[in-house]
Amino acid sequence: MNLSKTINRRQWLLRIQQIGIIAVGVCLSPLTVFAKKEEADSAIKEITGGAPIRDGRVKLVIPPLVENGNLVVLNVSVDSPMTANNYVKVIHVIAEGNPLPHIFAAYLSPRSGTANITTRVRLADSQRVWAIAQMNDGSFWQGYAETLVTLSACTEMV
Amino acid sequence: MSKTSRTSITMPAQAKKGAIIEIRAIAQHDMESGFRYTEGGKSIPRDIIRIFTCSYNNTEIFKADFYPGIGANPLIIFTTIATESGTLEFKWVGDDGYEASNQARITVT
Repeated sequence: MNLSKTINRRQWLLRIQQIGIIAVGVCLSPLTVFAKKEEADSAIKEITGGAPIRDGRVKLVIPPLVENGNLVVLNVSVDSPMTANNYVKVIHVIAEGNPLPHIFAAYLSPRSGTANITTRVRLADSQRVWAIAQMNDGSFWQGYAETLVTLSACTEMV
Repeated sequence: MSKTSRTSITMPAQAKKGAIIEIRAIAQHDMESGFRYTEGGKSIPRDIIRIFTCSYNNTEIFKADFYPGIGANPLIIFTTIATESGTLEFKWVGDDGYEASNQARITVT
């Protein structure tokens, strides 16, 4: 009687340990780490219409550490010759941690010369920001940058 | 009632034909995001600039859609190829009848 009780407790402790390991594993699994927030996902789907997006060609530059999220200088450039039959049509920028992820869309043409846009944006939180470019042949390319925001925009009182 | 505000354009006044020129366009605007609240807990309605366009001798060469994620006094820097002498016209259109425009001349040699 006494023996079975100790075994039970031992098993119980082991079980707890296993659950703990599984829980930690779920938190750190690459699926959850790399999953985009749902709203950003739907915003991206709206842009692409479900078309596949390839990585590369798009370079997004934001400061890695931002003190004030109200004005963040953001530069996005796309590797493209910008000729009449090979150019960037649209550049979209999506911040997955913002209440409204879609930040801006810039429409370019071969007359732009380069695909290089700089603007100032608001970031609500430390997050990953995506840039998605659509070429004139309809293909989508993406790039991203991570940033740490210490004072967030959007939510402050007046 | 239509609103307007100050705007500013920075770009070269002269350029060689075929050169890529950089244009900086800024407009004075609060870009009220619609996500903020007053101390009384009332939500402040959204009031932003929605569309920015640039035309070169009446041909549209650049357009941008702004959303609440753009910071106050929206600045946008973009490029274009200097093709001919003429006027570049810039236009901002936003909520509550907001409209602003600006012009800049360029001499292409």
